[in-house]
Amino acid sequence: MTSNKNRKESWLVLGASSSVARAFARAAAEDGADIILAGRDMDDLGRTAEDVSVRTGRDVDVIAFDAEDVASHAAFVEDAVNRAGFLNVFLAFGAMPEQDEIDTDFALAERSIAVNYTGALSVLHRLAPHLEEQGDGHVVVLSSVAGDRGRLKNYVYGSAKAGLNTYLQGLRARLFRKGVSVTTIKPGFMDTDMTWGIEGMFLVASPDQAARACLNAARKRRHVVYVPFFWWGIMNIIRHIPEFIFKKMNI
Amino acid sequence: MELSGWGRALTAEVRAWRPERAPGLAEAFRAEREDGVIVYAGGRSYGDAPLNGGGDVIMTGRLDRILSADWESGEVVCEPGVTIGDLMRIALSHKFIVPVSPGTGFATVGGGLANDVHGKNQHRHGSFGDHVQWVDLMLPSGEVKRITPDADSELFNATVGGIGLTGIMLAMSIKLRRVKSNAVLMREKKARDLDEFLAMQDEAREKHAYVVGWIDATARGRSLGRGIMESADDSQGETDAPPGGRIRMPVEMPGFAMNRVSISLFNAFYYHRLPFGGRERQAPITQFLYPLDAIEDWNRLYGKRGFYQFQCALPEVESPVGLRKLMEAISGAGTGSFLAVLKSMGKWGRGHLSFPMPGYTLALDFPSKPGVIELLDRLERITLDHGGRIYLAKDGAMKAESFAQMYPKLDEFRAVLDRIDPNRVMDSDMSRRLKIRG
Ligand SMILES: Cc1cc2nc3c(=O)[nH]c(=O)nc-3n(C[C@H](O)[C@H](O)[C@H](O)COP(=O)(O)OP(=O)(O)OC[C@H]3O[C@@H](n4cnc5c(N)ncnc54)[C@H](O)[C@@H]3O)c2cc1C
Ligand SMILES: NC(=O)c1ccc[n+]([C@@H]2O[C@H](COP(=O)([O-])OP(=O)(O)OC[C@H]3O[C@@H](n4cnc5c(N)ncnc54)[C@H](OP(=O)(O)O)[C@@H]3O)[C@@H](O)[C@H]2O)c1
Repeated sequence: MTSNKNRKESWLVLGASSSVARAFARAAAEDGADIILAGRDMDDLGRTAEDVSVRTGRDVDVIAFDAEDVASHAAFVEDAVNRAGFLNVFLAFGAMPEQDEIDTDFALAERSIAVNYTGALSVLHRLAPHLEEQGDGHVVVLSSVAGDRGRLKNYVYGSAKAGLNTYLQGLRARLFRKGVSVTTIKPGFMDTDMTWGIEGMFLVASPDQAARACLNAARKRRHVVYVPFFWWGIMNIIRHIPEFIFKKMNI
Repeated sequence: MELSGWGRALTAEVRAWRPERAPGLAEAFRAEREDGVIVYAGGRSYGDAPLNGGGDVIMTGRLDRILSADWESGEVVCEPGVTIGDLMRIALSHKFIVPVSPGTGFATVGGGLANDVHGKNQHRHGSFGDHVQWVDLMLPSGEVKRITPDADSELFNATVGGIGLTGIMLAMSIKLRRVKSNAVLMREKKARDLDEFLAMQDEAREKHAYVVGWIDATARGRSLGRGIMESADDSQGETDAPPGGRIRMPVEMPGFAMNRVSISLFNAFYYHRLPFGGRERQAPITQFLYPLDAIEDWNRLYGKRGFYQFQCALPEVESPVGLRKLMEAISGAGTGSFLAVLKSMGKWGRGHLSFPMPGYTLALDFPSKPGVIELLDRLERITLDHGGRIYLAKDGAMKAESFAQMYPKLDEFRAVLDRIDPNRVMDSDMSRRLKIRG
């Protein structure tokens, strides 16, 4: 983190029941920050809070947060900002319904957009003024390589993440002016609940590896980071396949 | 997916669940299934204890949170997938240690209790189950029960060392031991042959908290049973924490890398590196307890076919003769063993199927090559003839009849299982191979 020894760093972890978020909370606390865990599964967050505080001796708080309930976000952000020391934000929540299920049920498409896109924007929108006022800090957001190109298998989720990526580009420019860094993380595969049991996974990052990569990216004020980094190359190729070929491909 | 134990000689095709949250564990357990289910935790058992070919396994590694810690009394409550090594490092920062720890920090507390594991201080501090105050156990019926050594002690004793067959541990409370520092003061001394080795260990365990011996299983004749004894005690002073880095075994070694010559050379080197007068030094306790953990995936050293570990315990009086016969059989077979461990134990484990008994325990690795099963068979015979037993955490080859003779409390264990699991929900490759349910 930006060095100011007397400053009490906090990380607000949104979607803290994800195993990557959990690993991130541990890693950030190990590095000396206090943690605020936010999410829906309060029993699970309570367990993680106790764990992180026993492991690291840092203060860990828990606040209920639902990405889809945008009406609650203003009050949520007030509460989080009041509890935090110097605020940094790690946004981990996301939802990936199966594309073929979305195809027959538009409610699932709406949910994917509500969580991955609208929910993320809503909470970041309300956090932004506080970060600007702070004049420093980090925002790290778990997006996805799926946003790099619309694929047959995943295009609703992909389009929500693509929207998120574009939003983050703008937010980066805005907050940069006030000394706050915004990092877009594009994971390829991470070994979490979301991908457990899916066949044909490769170059998979463990939650711990992914969390460490996120923390390092924040420290270095990186803009866009692929995790694991090989995915930069893979997506580079995928982005450059001509559309008339790509549309026939089964990926 | 395919899973194997640490030895990689035995594998199983299973349907695997890997819950990340507590309710997910219960959900996975209650799911519809035709064949049985068993927990796969850290996968540090060498044989087939955590495997269930054709059936289900539930992986508990993601449930690795410490749920509370009281740094006055030293009581910690953990989810089952917390590793003993993690718990050790956290405890050390509060001047406590996990009182009993196996030779790897990657074993979980669930696996530690299900095998009632022992450490280098078994003669003084007993085994893992002696330090667990309660367990929240999900019984095969789905009911969750808090079991303690006092309330339903039969079920508790069946669970300690019960290789996962009584149900799923959801959480447990462990009583840590207070220490003055993160270090031990350790001494190493050479023993020229088996008799000297046993005499040295007999003496050392009266005086020291930790005693362990590395034995050169390739030495023969007058040198049979030569080795190095390590003893250690809690140190008063702190030492620098061990470096965090680990080397990784990058690739599978070709199967022939572990041959007679390389193994003999390694053993000779290991023996001769130490001066005859011995030496004494201060070491971080984690380094002392987990020497092999510095090399990640060291089991790949044995190549694709993997290896077996043989570990037996012999009663005190039978040890001198029995151990000599075992060592002769091993050095005679010429397959060799990379690192063999000989240590004394002092206490019985409390579980029906607990391994520890007062006497000696010998552990060796054998590459999975033609002839290995015959050798294991001979060692099993010798163990049986001398009133000893084979450790389930390591075993992948023992016969059901031998098992029944080695574990006299098997009937009590079976009675508990018949009571709590009449429909045989819990099942594993080991349970079938050893006909544990009869
Ligand atoms: C390098 C090395 C050194 C070792 N040194 C020693 C030693 O010094 N002393 C010693 O005693 N052992 C030793 N062992 C063996 C090891 O400690 C045991 O096999 C231990 O049980 C492994 O724990 P695990 O978490 O890997 O469990 P696994 O091997 O995955 O499982 C072991 C058993 O525990 C059951 N189990 C695990 N969690 C649960 C749960 N939550 N509920 C119900 N059942 C459960 C499983 O079903 C299985 O039957 C060593 C192993 C290695 C690899
Ligand atoms: N795993 C991968 O390979 C991969 C690849 C690319 C990108 N990602 C992204 O990485 C992030 C982490 O995902 P994961 O892999 O850890 O999967 P995960 O275990 O499914 O985690 C998703 C998280 O999002 C939370 N969430 C969902 N809807 C929410 C809502 N309405 N309000 C608040 N939280 C909500 C979930 O919390 P609940 O407990 O409340 O359900 C859960 O903690 C996601 O943004 C995902 O899109 C993952």
